[in-house]
Amino acid sequence: MTATTNQYAETLLPGRARSMRWSASAWLPAALVLVVVAVVLGAMIGPAGPTWWRVPLAMVDRLPLVSVNSGVTDAEWNIVWQIRMPRVLLAGIVGAMLSIAGASYQGVFRNPLVDPYLLGAAAGAGLGATIVFTVARSATADWPVDPAPTVAFFAALMTVTVTYVVGAAFGGAKSGVTLVLAGVAVTSLVTAVQTFLLQRNSEVVREVYSWILGRLSTATWGDVRVVLPYVIASSAVLLMHRRHLDLLRVGDDEAVTLGAPVARIRLVVVIAATLGTAAAVSVSGLIGFVGIVVPHLVRLIAGTSYRRLLPLSMAFGAGFLILADIPGRVLTNPAETPIGVVTAFLGAPFFIVLLRTRAVPR
Amino acid sequence: MSSIDLRDVTVRYGRTTVVHGFTESLRSGEWLGLIGPNGAGKSTLLRAVVGIVACTGEIDVDGSPLAHRSRTRRAALVAYVPQEPLLPDDMTGAEYVMLGRAPYVSYFGTETRHDRAMVDDVLERLDLGRFAARRLGSLSGGERQRLVIARALATEAPILLLDEPTSALDIGHQQQALELVARLRHDHGLTVISAMHDLTLAGLYSDRLALLHEGSVVASGPATEVLRADTLAEFYGVRVSVHLEPDGTVVVIPRRDDLADR
Repeated sequence: MTATTNQYAETLLPGRARSMRWSASAWLPAALVLVVVAVVLGAMIGPAGPTWWRVPLAMVDRLPLVSVNSGVTDAEWNIVWQIRMPRVLLAGIVGAMLSIAGASYQGVFRNPLVDPYLLGAAAGAGLGATIVFTVARSATADWPVDPAPTVAFFAALMTVTVTYVVGAAFGGAKSGVTLVLAGVAVTSLVTAVQTFLLQRNSEVVREVYSWILGRLSTATWGDVRVVLPYVIASSAVLLMHRRHLDLLRVGDDEAVTLGAPVARIRLVVVIAATLGTAAAVSVSGLIGFVGIVVPHLVRLIAGTSYRRLLPLSMAFGAGFLILADIPGRVLTNPAETPIGVVTAFLGAPFFIVLLRTRAVPR
Repeated sequence: MSSIDLRDVTVRYGRTTVVHGFTESLRSGEWLGLIGPNGAGKSTLLRAVVGIVACTGEIDVDGSPLAHRSRTRRAALVAYVPQEPLLPDDMTGAEYVMLGRAPYVSYFGTETRHDRAMVDDVLERLDLGRFAARRLGSLSGGERQRLVIARALATEAPILLLDEPTSALDIGHQQQALELVARLRHDHGLTVISAMHDLTLAGLYSDRLALLHEGSVVASGPATEVLRADTLAEFYGVRVSVHLEPDGTVVVIPRRDDLADR
């Protein structure tokens, strides 16, 4: 049967037309090149450290079997490796995670305006951090490890769990719309509690907002090691569901008639995207804009199939956030511009220009 | 080639019974036309068969209960063309038809060369090859509808459910789409259940008709028995004249009330 059908199809279509019909995206190599360029640029630029053009030479010199006289001292290399590189990699990891989570959320809810914080991950993380900064700051002041990221992580997961339980109680697991509305309600409630706490503890408002606006400046290799397993696991699960996200594009009912377990797909994707988002938020703060804009940029250039959209969103998201982090550390030196401000400042005009040339597809 | 038996199929939305004890048996290759006014339960019955809405009663395919089969196996047995399909504007024709191969792909798997060849084959057989790389948003209503039928055919299901398959098509494309289904039925023994508003087309293509009214079958049998002026007047509330052509075709023509009656 297979052979017959293949032979029949070969006679029907010229080879070139067939290869074009099913061709893989050529954008993935371009996106990976962007990531590599972004990493090198991110390692080159900073307020202190070696002369910028010596950094790539020093990086090449560290490769196995390669020896290059870069002129970079060990102390200078320490600045690159211990300060800049964790920050660059963390930006890449967080950008990749927020982008693939945003694209996945947009897929399961069939809503292009959805971002990774839809079901309350951001509000929960914000509340968790606020609780640490207000009621628990004095009690945890002498702890060897800052509890804010851990509390933010679990608060984000708990908030999304509450949203899902509330939404599912009213049929949200099936329709998706109820789940989104539950997310709006729970987010409002959590934000109200956070605002109340801040109003009662106004002395920490600046500290809390500094956390909320996002920061990569304190990134360490430890942060990278903490967040990486979550991001790898979440991304792997999401990538394995990209075919199902394409199926959901024809609506829940039709997807059911094609054999798709719609409720299970939605639950698994939401869990994976939320877990990764919560991990990213706990180390970087709330970096907005990336999770909604990067998937749309990818749709504009490479089409809307989730098979291309998810891996490309990861790669472009990583590159975008690494590059967006560079102006923040040099423009207002010695002060830092919050990364969330930079992403919106750079991304919004770029997105508007793209919108002028092409309508955003669904 | 598969037979399908529906016994006492009942659908309730809360306290409202939308389909009441529907019972019909279709042999392999048979075509049953569901007719009836809006809200009669035609679409709901089809949606119950494919598992979109819950129902009671029994639905057997080739003598085995459909409910006992896996989700993907059910999808591979019964293909469905909805009344108002959702076609993502930016999906290509080939990507859309490929969705019909989903029942054959494992949960974490991906489509094989065989699946791609099948889609290419279906596209060519339906003369849709030129739409393979086109975005769905750039196609006309008729072209989109033919791709929806192509998607259903790509499942290779032996049973095809059509819910108003030609409502968006002009008369030429209506005939083209129905002729296509008729040819597949003839060549591959496809068993068809279609909900249709056009009574003449329903009678022309179906072996039997079932007239539903408020969820119950009120008349069933060949077109010559069901498409009667008095029956249609009673359940549709319309005046029609029914003509029997020399070739056996039943033609239903709406009539206007005489001006003198107004």
